[in-house]
Amino acid sequence: MTAAILVRYGEIALKGKNRMFFEKTLLENIKFALKGLGARVVRMHGRLLIMGAADEEEEITRRLSRVFGVVSVSSVETAPLDLEAIKEKALEIMERSLLPGDSFKVEARRSNKSFPLTSPELNRIIGGAILEKYPRLKVDLENPSFQLFIEVGAREAYIYHDHVAGPGGLPVGSSGRALLLLSGGIDSPVAGWMAMKRGLRLEALHFHSYPFTGLRSREKVIDLCRILSRYGGKMQLHLVNVAGIQKEIRASCPAALGIILLRRMMMRIAGQISRSRGLQALVTGESLGQVASQTLESMIAIDSVTSMLILRPLLGMDKHEIVALAEKTGTYEISIRPYEDCCTLFLPRHPATRPRLEKVVQAEAALDAGGLTAAALENMETMLIED
Amino acid sequence: MCLVAEIYLDNSATTRPFDEVIELHSRIQKENYGNPSSSHARGVAAEKLLNESRRSIALLLKCREEEIYFTSGGTEANNLALKGAAYRRRRRGNHIITTQIEHPSVLNCCRKLEEEGFKVTFLPVDRQGYIDLDQLSRALRNETILVSTIHVNNEIGTIQPVEKIGALIKSRNPQTLYHVDGVQSFAKIPAAVHRWQADLYSCSAHKIHGPKGAGALWVRKGVTLQPLFQGGDQERALRPGTENTAAVAGFGLAARLSVAHMEESAAQLYRLKEKLCRGLHKAGVEFYVNGPPPEEAAPHIINLSFPGIKAEVLLRILEEEDIYASPGSACHSRRPDPSHVLAAIGLDEEKLSGSLRFSFSTFNNEGEIDRVVERIASGVRELRMLAGTD
Repeated sequence: MTAAILVRYGEIALKGKNRMFFEKTLLENIKFALKGLGARVVRMHGRLLIMGAADEEEEITRRLSRVFGVVSVSSVETAPLDLEAIKEKALEIMERSLLPGDSFKVEARRSNKSFPLTSPELNRIIGGAILEKYPRLKVDLENPSFQLFIEVGAREAYIYHDHVAGPGGLPVGSSGRALLLLSGGIDSPVAGWMAMKRGLRLEALHFHSYPFTGLRSREKVIDLCRILSRYGGKMQLHLVNVAGIQKEIRASCPAALGIILLRRMMMRIAGQISRSRGLQALVTGESLGQVASQTLESMIAIDSVTSMLILRPLLGMDKHEIVALAEKTGTYEISIRPYEDCCTLFLPRHPATRPRLEKVVQAEAALDAGGLTAAALENMETMLIED
Repeated sequence: MCLVAEIYLDNSATTRPFDEVIELHSRIQKENYGNPSSSHARGVAAEKLLNESRRSIALLLKCREEEIYFTSGGTEANNLALKGAAYRRRRRGNHIITTQIEHPSVLNCCRKLEEEGFKVTFLPVDRQGYIDLDQLSRALRNETILVSTIHVNNEIGTIQPVEKIGALIKSRNPQTLYHVDGVQSFAKIPAAVHRWQADLYSCSAHKIHGPKGAGALWVRKGVTLQPLFQGGDQERALRPGTENTAAVAGFGLAARLSVAHMEESAAQLYRLKEKLCRGLHKAGVEFYVNGPPPEEAAPHIINLSFPGIKAEVLLRILEEEDIYASPGSACHSRRPDPSHVLAAIGLDEEKLSGSLRFSFSTFNNEGEIDRVVERIASGVRELRMLAGTD
């Protein structure tokens, strides 16, 4: 038994000249997502058709629901290009799925112009056949509770009635490449997910502080990357140890500025990695005003060390919205594992919440920022993560 | 090339198997994979392995072979002892006595039995981890069907006075069963189940350089338990399921090898502990010993607190040099709450969070201790400096 699944991709059809590139990217991403399932992807006019084994249909649909650019998917019946055959399948679907009290509408779409009937004619004929079998059924063209779709393709017709919403967005890779600053917390994986949703392909960068943070927090970040790779494909994860930098800051700078100075160092490191790997932007999980380092003043002081574009997809979101998305994407369970990701040893009792840039720059003069950055990068580890 | 070998000081969590055990284990898997219940030659050979191992364990406990029941490990042996005894004796009484410093496999069994209607007394311990015999005496009632105490505590090394405990229990009521959890004491300090007047004794292979996946429960002849599982008649139907022949045989070998040098080994382990304490003292490191004085505790366990230091961080500083120890107790390291044992002996917050357990084996030597002392001293110095500048 084979199953046919019709995939719709809305937004990218609007993109005119770039459409070919978007479609190609989406097709590649879908093929990657379906790897190992033995499903076939067929390009149709403005649609994709996935042909797979019936017992894998659920898994195919689940994986498609993680491919950005997919607007919706439908399980479809196929029929030869023959009116009677189409009618028969249409009635079969009605028989199977119609609920008492439903009103209905037939919506045909003919991309194969050599088919002898036009879309309105098809609507009328199939609608008539349905009414003949269910004489008490109401037609409702405005707001039907049951819609029957017919797509007439080049070789076959596809008949179906329900849509499962896809994730929407743009195919990963169609908007460029960026570096995600990934901590073990709840926010940054969600920020990564949102960046991928708008078509960015990501590499991830995690700062740890071994031996002040443990090996299990590293496993946590690897697991988070594994979840993100379900949406964005194989992912490079870079691990940089900032223990040395933290010690240096602790020894030479005012404690209240410790966090902001560390973040500036992290941005320098992130900027260098991005440039050397040809990534065009940084993505962080900050949202405005949540904690000390997320005030506008802090962000200004942090951003001023790099000329890289810094994207903060969560800026407009409340915590509960972020948590809801983390739960939906599957990162929440991993993020709440109790391993510390920032050693409390280095947390000042009273961090500066609105640091003035001059003060920060002044304090930083005690550090050899270039040397510390280079030393941290020298020991960077990189691994390729795949679910 | 100079390779510095790892220093493994987490032997209460598990031990590196003896090479002979690894060899035997893999040889059996390769050549002697028969099911001991099969009637053909392969089965007979496998059954023989089980019985040889049973003999080795019995020799060590000075008990009869048929009193040894193999299990999957210490946790299962403890479950079988507690639940098996409680369910079987439910009609005689519903009271159980244990201590606050048991291994989770005993504590949580008791909590489960509590949920099922049994009454459980959790005896407190003093600052060194000993129970008070007067308190035990007051806790014993007519309905007390079972007393279960840990022999050597896995976190602080306290050796309970099992002989006095057994005598007290039996003087009050010979029908009350006495279970000794010997997982940390087996083959480390002498066992004398009869002198202790015990009825049940649990032990585990992987704590004595044996393979994981094997343990045993000694059940005094005449004591009946209710099995935890229903199945075939393996282990005289008390523990059904195809026997883990390779692990059980490895268990027996590990026991034989351990017991051959038990006294010398204990002396060696005490020396290592003493060297560690003396070294730290000489290096000017501020530390406290949690639990009994080192020479009074079990030979292989010592629990130290470094006030003001977070144990996890110090552990990782050691780990960077391939030195492996454990915070409080290895089972707790994923949970932020402090160890129930250290809480029971009344450690304050600071000592709780700065507590490390070092547990030794005969694979350790004095040279290793020098390196450990050096690294602890420099690590503590560094952490104090970092903490001090705030």
